[in-house]
Amino acid sequence: MQNQDVIYGINGPVVTVRNSHSFSMTEMVYVGNERLVGEIIGITDALTTIQVYEETTGLRPGEPVTGTGSPMNVTLGPGILDNIFDGIERPLKAIAEESGSSFISRGSNVPALDKERLWDVTVTVKAGDTLRGGDIYAECPETAIIRHKCMVPPGLSGTVEKAAPDGQYRVDDEVVVLRDEKGGLHPLTLCQTWPIRIPRPVKGRRQPVIPLITGQRVIDTLFPIAKGGAAAIPGGFGTGKTMTQHQLAKWCDADIIIYVGCGERGNEMSQVLDEFSELMDPKSGRPMTDRTVLIANTSNMPVAAREASIYTGITLAEYYRDMGYHVAMMADSTSRWAEALREISGRLEEMPAEEGFPAYLPSRLAEFYERAGFADTLNGKEGSISIIGAVSPQGSDFSEPVTQNTKRFTRCFWALDKSLAYARHYPAINWTASYSEYFTNLSAWYEKNVGPDFANYRKQINNLLQEENQLMEIVKLIGSDVLPDDQKLVIETARVIRVGFLQQNAFHPEDTFVPLEKQMLMMKVILHLYHKAKQLVAAAVPISGILATGLFDKLVKMKYDIPNNKPEMFDEYIREIDTALSGVVHA
Amino acid sequence: MILDYIGVKEINGSLIVLDGVQGASFEEIVDIRLDDGSMRQGRIVQMEGERIVVQVFEGARGISLDNTRTRLRGRPMELPLSPEILGRVFSGAGKPIDGLGPIFPEQRRNVNGTPINPVSRVYPRNYINTGISTIDTLMTLIRGQKLPIFSGSGMSHNELAVQIARQAKITDEGGENNFCIVFAAMGVSNDVAEYFRRSFDESGVLQKVVMFLNLSNDPIIERILTPKCALTAAEYLAFERDMHVLVIMTDMTSYAEALREFSSSKGEIPGRKGFPGYLYSDLASLYERAGMVRGKKGSVTQIPILTMPNDDVTHPVPDLTGYITEGQIVLDRGLDSSGVYPPVSVLPSLSRLMKDGIGKGSTREDHSALQNQLFAAYAKVMDARSLASVIGEEELSPVDKQYMEFGKLFESQFVSQGPNENRSIEESLNLGWKLLATLPRAELDRVDDEILDKYYAPYAEKAPQQAGEAG
Repeated sequence: MQNQDVIYGINGPVVTVRNSHSFSMTEMVYVGNERLVGEIIGITDALTTIQVYEETTGLRPGEPVTGTGSPMNVTLGPGILDNIFDGIERPLKAIAEESGSSFISRGSNVPALDKERLWDVTVTVKAGDTLRGGDIYAECPETAIIRHKCMVPPGLSGTVEKAAPDGQYRVDDEVVVLRDEKGGLHPLTLCQTWPIRIPRPVKGRRQPVIPLITGQRVIDTLFPIAKGGAAAIPGGFGTGKTMTQHQLAKWCDADIIIYVGCGERGNEMSQVLDEFSELMDPKSGRPMTDRTVLIANTSNMPVAAREASIYTGITLAEYYRDMGYHVAMMADSTSRWAEALREISGRLEEMPAEEGFPAYLPSRLAEFYERAGFADTLNGKEGSISIIGAVSPQGSDFSEPVTQNTKRFTRCFWALDKSLAYARHYPAINWTASYSEYFTNLSAWYEKNVGPDFANYRKQINNLLQEENQLMEIVKLIGSDVLPDDQKLVIETARVIRVGFLQQNAFHPEDTFVPLEKQMLMMKVILHLYHKAKQLVAAAVPISGILATGLFDKLVKMKYDIPNNKPEMFDEYIREIDTALSGVVHA
Repeated sequence: MILDYIGVKEINGSLIVLDGVQGASFEEIVDIRLDDGSMRQGRIVQMEGERIVVQVFEGARGISLDNTRTRLRGRPMELPLSPEILGRVFSGAGKPIDGLGPIFPEQRRNVNGTPINPVSRVYPRNYINTGISTIDTLMTLIRGQKLPIFSGSGMSHNELAVQIARQAKITDEGGENNFCIVFAAMGVSNDVAEYFRRSFDESGVLQKVVMFLNLSNDPIIERILTPKCALTAAEYLAFERDMHVLVIMTDMTSYAEALREFSSSKGEIPGRKGFPGYLYSDLASLYERAGMVRGKKGSVTQIPILTMPNDDVTHPVPDLTGYITEGQIVLDRGLDSSGVYPPVSVLPSLSRLMKDGIGKGSTREDHSALQNQLFAAYAKVMDARSLASVIGEEELSPVDKQYMEFGKLFESQFVSQGPNENRSIEESLNLGWKLLATLPRAELDRVDDEILDKYYAPYAEKAPQQAGEAG
C-alpha cells in the first residue's frame, strides 16, 4: 500500500505535511492532484517538509501527498544519449511533443526513456553463468559510436536462470533472469534505477595519470586537467565561462559528455542543441550529439529541480563510467546550484552561514566533486569522470564562499579575468591566478606521448610570462622605452606567447582545436626565436633591428598560417628565423 | 457558494493574515472590500492549513482588523488580453488607467507565465538594426535577446532607450507592420514616464506601444507585478499575434528594491545587501521570458534598464542581471560628463548572441574581425592612457601616441552620435575601418590579411599620419 497524507502548508517550492509518520527522508513523493514531483527534505514530529520540483501555484491545503517508497532516483538505460532532460530526468523533447506546447506544463508523467523504441540487443551471458554487481549481461548500439552495456545493478549477484536470445527489445523487456543465493528471482531489463544522491560503487580508484586533451593551448599546456580530475572555472559575467565550457564539451577527448545547464540561459541550451547536432566529431564523423547528454534546468525553471540537476548529471556520468567509458561532465554553473541550496535553506528557516549560504555548502560541494575520479569499475574495466564546474562569483569577487570552497575540492583552477575578456583575449584564463596540480602526475605521459621536451618548454614559457608580469609593473610606472634590450626582448616574446599562443580563436576552423604536437612545436619555435635573439642582444645587437625582421609578428600569426596537419612547416619557420637573424648580424 | 471572510488576523506592511479560510489555493487572487466601499486586490503568498498570508497590491493603508471582507477568486492572477491593448496605458497591476474603459478580453493569461521548454526555443540569429554605431557594430542586438542597459542616475539611458525604440528596424521579412513596443515603468518618476510617452507620440509609434506604468509613488506590490504583466502582454502579442515585440523595462533596480521591501516584510532571511536569496531566480523568471519559439513567427526582445547605485557594477542587481542576460550595454559616467552621447562604455559592454547574427549574409563579412580589432585597439588605448597619466603623454612611445589619437577619434566620431542620427550598418562599419586606418597595419593582429587588404588598405592609403610608422 502506498503511503498517503495531505498538504498542510505551502511556501513557494516548500510544502509541509502535519503529523505524518508516512514518509522517510529523501523519499520521492507526488504532491497534489496534479502529482507534482517532490522530495522529503525534513521530518520532525509535527511537520514533514517537502521540496517540490515544479511550480506550486494553485496547490491547496488538503490535497494528497503520495509516497513512492524510494528515494529520488533516475532511470538508467539505452536512450539517454542524444537526449535532453530537465533536472529530474524528464525528457524535454518528448514532453514538447506530447504536450504540443512550447511551454513546460506541470505534472507531466512522460517516462525518462522511450519505452517503445526497439534496441538491437546482444545478450552476452547464458544460463548458468555467475554474475555479480556491475557485470555486463547485454549490449546494444545506443548511438552510432557508443555501445550501451547493461550491467547487473550493484549489490545484486547470482546465477543466470534464463537468458533471452539476441534480438530487438524495448527498455522494459526482460532479457535475463538472475537467481540469487537465497533462490530469489530477479528479472533484469535493459534499464535500472539508481538514487541520485548516492555514488555508484567502484572496485577501486586510481591516481589520474592521463590528461583530458582539450585542444585548448592554455589548458593543455599550462593548466592541464587529468582524466578523472576536477576543475573549476570561476569568472564574472561576460568572461567566457560558458564559451570555455562549450569548447571543452566540443573538443575534449572524452567518450561521453554530460552537459548540465544548471540555472543558466535558455538560449544557451538551444545554442548547444543547434551547434552539437551540426558539429561532427572529428574521430567518428558523427554528430557530437551522439556522445552527449544535455541536462537543461534553465534559470526560470523550478529552483528545487536545479538543485537536483547536478546529482542527476553525475549519476548518469557514473553509469557510463561503469561501462568503461571516459566521461566528462560540465556543470554550468555550480553557483546557481549553490544558490538553489541557499534558497531552499532560507525557506526552511535554517541558520545561515557565510553570505546566507547554508553551513553544509562545503560538504555538499565536496560530495559532488569527490564523485569525479579514475576508477576500476566493478566489472574490471577502466573508466573516469572528469568534472569541469563553472563558478559565477558575485561581483567577480573570488573570495565569496562558493569559489573558495570549490577551490578546496578541485585541483585545477582556471581563473577567468575580466580585463582579458574586455580586451577580447579568449580564452580569458589568467595565467598568474590559475593553477593545475595535475601536471606533476601527467608529465610522464606528456614526455612519452608528445615529446621529451614538453615539460621543459612549458616551464620556460611559464617563466617568460612570470618575468613579463614583473616587468609590466615597471612598465606601468615608467614606460617600456627605458628598459634594457634583454628585458624588452622578454616583453616582446611574452607578447608573442600571449597573443600567438595563449589566445585562441574558437571561431577559426584551424585554431578552435589544436593537437598537442602542434602546441609543442609552437612553443619550440617561439623559444627558438627567443634564445637566438637573446644571443644577439647579448652581443650588443640593438633590439630594434631584431624586431624589424617581422619575425615576432609572423609567429603571432603562425597559429592561423600553419595548418594543424602540417607540422613539418615548423622546420621552415626555424630555418627562416636562423637566416633572418643572421641577416641582422651582418647588416 | 461564494464566501466572504470578515476581518483579518494580522497586518504587517502590505501583508494581511486571514484565518479559518477553506478551499484557497496557492497564489490565488483575492478581492478585499473595505467598509468604505473601496476595493483592493491581493494574492495568497503563503499558507498553513487554514491560515493564509495575502499580499495586498495597493498596500494595507486603512485596513483594520475588522473592516474588510475578503473573497477568493479561485484563480491565480490573470491579465485580460486582446489586440486592442496596443496604444493603451495600464497600471502596474494591469488595470487600464487611460480612461478608455476596460479591455474586452480575447483570452486571459496567467501573469507568472510558464517556462519555455529549452527544446522549443529557436536560437536567435536575426539582428536588429538600431542605427547606433556602437550597438550595431560592437554589441549587436539580436531578435529574441535580452540586452540590458546598465546605467546610473542622471545618465542618458532613457534617451538611448527611446532612440533604440524609434530606430529599431528588423532587417528581413519587411517587419515594419508587426513590430511593437511594450513599455514597463517601475518606480520611475512621472517626468520620465511622460518623457517616454511624449517621445513615442512624437515619433508616431504610440499606437504600437502598450504601456504599464508604476510610478515611484505607486504601491510597491504593484511594482512587483508590473514586469510580469508587461511580459505577459508581450508573450501574447509575440506568440499569439505573430508580432516582434521590443520590451523596455525601467528601472529594474526599483523593481528589486520593491522585492526586497516585500521580502523583509514577510520576515525572510536576507542575502547580499538585504536582497532576498531568491533574487536571481526571480530576475531570471522575468528575463528568461525573452526569446523565440519553434513554430511561432513572433519574438520577444528585452531591453531592461537599470541604474547602478553609486555606479557600482558589482551591486547585486546589475551583477545578477549580467549573469542572466545575454550581454549588457554599460554606460560610463566619464563619457557622459564629457558630452559623449550615447555614453557607451565599450569595453565592458557585450552581446553574447551577436557572433551568430553578424557576418556574411546578415551584416558584412568583415564585421566580426572589425569588432574584435576595435575592442582590442580600444583596450590598448586604455593602457596607453593609464601610462600617460603617470609619465605624461610626451614620453609615450610613437605607437602609444597613435593609440591615444585613435582613442580620441573613436570616442568623438564612432561612439558619439546625434540622438536623431540613424547610421546604417555599412556606415558604421566603414567608420570603424576609417578609424583603424590611423593605426599601423602591424598592430592589427586580430584580422587576417585578406580582410585587411580589402577594407583596411583603402583607408590606410588616405590616412597621412600612417606613413613610415609601421616598422
